Amino acid sequence: MLDLFYTPFAEFEFMQRALVGVIAIALGGGPVGVFLMLRRMSLTGDAMAHAILPGAAVGYLLAGLSLPAMTIGGLFAGVIVAVAAGLVSRFTALKEDASLAAFYLLSLALGVTIVSLRGSNVDLLHVLFGTVLALDDSTLLLLASISTMTVLALAVLYRPLVLECVDPIFLRSVSRAGTPTHLIFLGLVVMNLVGGFHALGTLLAVGMMMLPAAASRFWSSDITMMMIVSIAVGIVSGFSGLLLSFHAELPAGPAIILSAGAIYVMSLLLGREGGLLWLAWPGRHLEA
Amino acid sequence: MSSTSTAIRFDEVTLGYGRRPAVHHLDGDIPAGSLMAVVGPNGAGKSTLLKGIVGTLKPLDGQIRLKGSASGIAYLPQAAEIDRSFPLSVYDLVAMGLWTQSGLFGGIARRDRTRIEEALAAVGLIGFERRPISTLSGGQMQRALFARLLLQDAPVILLDEPFTAIDAKTTADLLDLVRRWHDEARTVVAVLHDLDMVRRIFPQTLLIAREPVAWGETGEVLSPENLLKARRMVEAYDPHADVCHRSAA
Repeated sequence: MLDLFYTPFAEFEFMQRALVGVIAIALGGGPVGVFLMLRRMSLTGDAMAHAILPGAAVGYLLAGLSLPAMTIGGLFAGVIVAVAAGLVSRFTALKEDASLAAFYLLSLALGVTIVSLRGSNVDLLHVLFGTVLALDDSTLLLLASISTMTVLALAVLYRPLVLECVDPIFLRSVSRAGTPTHLIFLGLVVMNLVGGFHALGTLLAVGMMMLPAAASRFWSSDITMMMIVSIAVGIVSGFSGLLLSFHAELPAGPAIILSAGAIYVMSLLLGREGGLLWLAWPGRHLEA
Repeated sequence: MSSTSTAIRFDEVTLGYGRRPAVHHLDGDIPAGSLMAVVGPNGAGKSTLLKGIVGTLKPLDGQIRLKGSASGIAYLPQAAEIDRSFPLSVYDLVAMGLWTQSGLFGGIARRDRTRIEEALAAVGLIGFERRPISTLSGGQMQRALFARLLLQDAPVILLDEPFTAIDAKTTADLLDLVRRWHDEARTVVAVLHDLDMVRRIFPQTLLIAREPVAWGETGEVLSPENLLKARRMVEAYDPHADVCHRSAA
């Protein structure tokens, strides 16, 4: 019985690599997802994941399936869309959600067009859904570096990040850290999405950020605890998703995200902090 | 701090949004250690004035000079501007008052923990440390924010409608803190609507209705004539207003 959980990883190197990759993604994406959620930017994350596509596609057009070219292209496109959407919402009547929706639809269409200019449908699938079962050394190194930088940066920015969500006016009155913090945070989001993009593709990368984060909200109302839960959910869904894909011969990326989705639904029902079951049967009210 | 020095000086200050003035040509000093109320109808520019002093709003014209730096100001904006759903404990919210001292990463020493506890005790929130801020009532939240102000330990304290929608007991408790700050020779400027409270507790008053109407001893400023004048001044919004040619300092 235990063999089912153990053997695939013991016997196949590509499974080991995939597991290391998703753990790295969970370590960086989990905490970033929690902050995206707390800052009410969950959809921003989604939009930016799509925005990465044309950049990665241009990299692909110039250099084929090359790690550095697609990474740099993706980073560029992500930052440009984030800044552009911010500027449009600040200086025009359009709110940020609308401008982001406009930009990400444009990016997705543009990206798919660019990839089809050169590649086959296989390449297109690769870009859209990733290749978690074919991670080479340099990609793993990239994923590990991104999560390391993310954790360090979040440790440094923790206070202004929290304060900017709760009480931005207070932060502005005591410090000038607000705007740089926001920009660095957006940078972290883009970085993690580009990392996730290599493993899970542009459409699913954000899943390893938002599903664990959303699940964690149902288990704790403490930010540190939420980040830990979020990372754990990410790792568990990576592990079980890979096993699921191995035994049931499902595509690996979607299997991982489906696992995360299953944990989210379970948390939604059972979570101690506002899960549906607790809401439906709260028990009799207390003395005080 | 000597009682004759100036904490905040306004040189023909005009503050506003776009090119439209919300505070028009304010000129004068707030002496250090004064306890001053800012009074006026809605839309008179009271909150705008505080934003100008804190520096989140740049003057359209003129200059606001502070004795010391802007970090010497503790500012309590109107209650509605805080995200109460955010998962943060009362203790952590109050501890943020130590920001100017501990900054981005500085630790909180044992001595600071004592100060945080003292601040919580001073506002009557002992036992609330671990409560998430989402569970606080309006009055309890205001108490927590006053505790944060206590920790900021600033020579200048700005309060924007601190007692709006707050019950009598809480208001009385928090007013004690305001008096304590005054006794400690801090400069306190509060935007208020309760004129009886202003007459009872605040020696100085600025009555404003976009233009300053009167400024000085509370008893003289809050005369029936001045109040009537203030009420009449504020409503005018002229879509074809000309460029103002009054000279700035």
